Amino acid sequence: MTEEIGYTALVMAFLLALYGAGAAAFGAKRQRPELVESARRAMLLSWPLISVAALAIIVLLVSGRYDVEYVAKVTSSTMPPYLKVTALWGGQAGSLVFWSWLMAAFASAAGLRRWDRDRDLLPWVIVVTMVTLAFFLSLVIFVENPFRRLWLDPVGNTVTAFLRPAGARPLVPSDGQGLNPLLRHPGMIIHPPMLYLGFVSFVIPYAFAIAALVSRRTDDRWIRVTRRWTLVAWLFLSLGLLLGGRWAYDVLGWGGYWGWDPVEIAAFMPWLSGTAFLHSVMVQEKKGMLKHWNVLLIILTYALVIFGTFLTRSGVLSSVHAFAQSAIGPMFFAFIGITSIVSVRLLLDRWGALRGENQLNSLISRESLFLLNNFLFIIILAVCFLGVIFPLASELFTGQTVTVGPEWYERITGPLFAGLLLLMGVAPLSAYGSSSWRLLGRQLWVPGALSLVVPAGLLLAGVRNWAAVLGYSLAGLVALVTLYEFWRGALARHRRHGESVPLALVRLAGRNRRRYGGYIIHLGVVLMALGIIGIELFQTETQGTLARGEQLSLGQHVLVFEGLTQFGTPDGREVSRAEVSVYKDGRFVGRLFPRQDFYVAANQPMTIPGVRSTLEEDLYLLLVGWEPIAQQGATFKVFHNPLVNFVWLGGLVFILGTLVAAWPDRETAPVRRRVPAGAWASGD
Amino acid sequence: MDTPIASQVESGGRAKFLIGGLLIVAAVVYLIVSSTQAAAQYYLTIDEMRSKGGQVYGRPLKLAGAVDGDSIAYDSATLTLSFTMANVPADLDVIEAGGGLAKVLHDSLLDPAASRLQVIYIGPKPDLIRHEAQAIVTGELGQDGVFRADELLLKCPTRYEEEVPLQVVEG
Repeated sequence: MTEEIGYTALVMAFLLALYGAGAAAFGAKRQRPELVESARRAMLLSWPLISVAALAIIVLLVSGRYDVEYVAKVTSSTMPPYLKVTALWGGQAGSLVFWSWLMAAFASAAGLRRWDRDRDLLPWVIVVTMVTLAFFLSLVIFVENPFRRLWLDPVGNTVTAFLRPAGARPLVPSDGQGLNPLLRHPGMIIHPPMLYLGFVSFVIPYAFAIAALVSRRTDDRWIRVTRRWTLVAWLFLSLGLLLGGRWAYDVLGWGGYWGWDPVEIAAFMPWLSGTAFLHSVMVQEKKGMLKHWNVLLIILTYALVIFGTFLTRSGVLSSVHAFAQSAIGPMFFAFIGITSIVSVRLLLDRWGALRGENQLNSLISRESLFLLNNFLFIIILAVCFLGVIFPLASELFTGQTVTVGPEWYERITGPLFAGLLLLMGVAPLSAYGSSSWRLLGRQLWVPGALSLVVPAGLLLAGVRNWAAVLGYSLAGLVALVTLYEFWRGALARHRRHGESVPLALVRLAGRNRRRYGGYIIHLGVVLMALGIIGIELFQTETQGTLARGEQLSLGQHVLVFEGLTQFGTPDGREVSRAEVSVYKDGRFVGRLFPRQDFYVAANQPMTIPGVRSTLEEDLYLLLVGWEPIAQQGATFKVFHNPLVNFVWLGGLVFILGTLVAAWPDRETAPVRRRVPAGAWASGD
Repeated sequence: MDTPIASQVESGGRAKFLIGGLLIVAAVVYLIVSSTQAAAQYYLTIDEMRSKGGQVYGRPLKLAGAVDGDSIAYDSATLTLSFTMANVPADLDVIEAGGGLAKVLHDSLLDPAASRLQVIYIGPKPDLIRHEAQAIVTGELGQDGVFRADELLLKCPTRYEEEVPLQVVEG
């Protein structure tokens, strides 16, 4: 019964989405507002319907209905209830439903906003969001149905089908396969929803951009309306990437957090184009320039969002994120192709109307530096894309598959990221319009000179890695310039309003949230750069087999193997846990318990590192092997990861800055009730 | 619409930006070419590698194969993992036609004619290594015919149709 209800709800939502898109387009063309209003209501109804379907899946998952293929694939009886619920996005079919659910929620939220000033945009926002929604729903309805059940046909073969095939008997496995133990980690449970939230919320600014093109509104209204959506999208995407990194660091046991894996890159690419977009819209708002470019960027971001969902869910590329291959690949490809062609065609049609209102005339004006920033982001994006398609492209052109790995990406993008850091240091001091080198130089020389303390200090301390010296110097420059900006602003308020400096700082950031939120994000990037350079360039490792009481040393640390215990757990794990004492500079600093959990049912071991974390460094210890009988000896691998916690700390500052920038302004909040609600205005 | 003077200024300004942009693009192209020469790897099947003869020695390679469970040996004292893997086709269409990755991996290990390769990897034993896993190794082929991997990636497609009937409760 549950599966019938769920599937029917999906089909109804799909039909409603198709109706909504059609009615909105027709209503806009024929000037029939009542049709557009009807489409809007259809859009609002799609979310509760998909909620019913998602709830149906959750009910099936929690009640252990293993005769449903999806339930048997992603859950097992030993899994705790919360993991059964989150298994909604643990497999392909469920995660597509989850994607659709989020899409419907965001579309509804957009549908409920006050539309009085932008009524001409509404129908086309409905069309874009509902077409996107219909596409994802069509995947789950026609190809990846999460409600399919298992059957035994008369010949004895297992078949999967939603309706009972002729002569088949239902097949009820006594237990499911369960979620891959590697994925049973808090970071992994919230990482996919965060990424999806980021992906889905980028659809909204794209929808407004397309709506502006269709309705020939050439002003920056679409950008102003969607500024917060874009920041929210960016926030979630950033959070998703950070959580994914943290999961890899905690679980995958290679001592790193980012492996330039195609699926990671698939999530990183829309982030790159989105970041470029966030910067370049400011130029359009301030100077009325880069209008074509902004539309193009949001079209690109939308395509990358769909491409990202496709890559994570189709298994076309070899990756640690091993998901099953399925027939949805060609459908995704066709959808990306069609939407991109239609969007670009529309942009070309409106090209003349989107002329810039100003010209770039100085290489070092604020707008030129923003353009350069965009250029670098897009080059990094192109490099990532090239890396992902390198195997496919090389095979196509040379018949020989050639792949590229982390080293390739790091060699190319390293200098580009350094360029972005340099821009972050220089751009905040530049002026809009005509700027001169002298003007910029006058602003820059004090922080520039002060930041030379960093390389001098590093060289004195004996650091001879030129990449690290350069990177830290640039990070130092950014930090100084950003803090200088805060200080200058706070001082001005202090003088003008007589506020105390801390109060002036808070008010300063509160008054111009986008600017100072942005600066806080820049400081977060500086902290992350400290960590990334630290672990990338100064990570050390060693390994060794120790008998009880023996020791292993790495740098200033000495590790002593104290013993090994083995025990079973109620949730079906066999745990082998080592106890290791850690000494730093000869002083005892604590004990670590690296362990290996063997999931008996899944026949899979999982290595859990013992980590001693301080702001300065992580000592990351893996239990690699042991003598099973005597339990006398064990083998360890140790990583020393200097400054790695600055990556996470910087991530937190980064998120904080995004929140400051995205926080609703008081200025735009006053209720605009002057216009009486029209026949098809919002507000049911 | 533009006066001649204005358009002159404009084109002069544009040239500056064009040259700047081209310089950056040239630098990036140089970076891509040099990094590709230094860090790209050929992705081959075991059969393809064998057919290349001597020219594969000492070059960075990436190979995929099916792990033979009986051959997995791990010396935890030296962290040396050794295993044999059998040739599997790389082409996704061929894999799909062969009944999916799990089936292809299974079949290639049963096929006595499938070419095999011994792999040695130094490091922690990966959690996912097991019989019929797909291994993707990056490293170099030694003159002794043993592949020394610096990187080992494993994928375990689940053969769920086979496992489920064992636990069936007819309903």
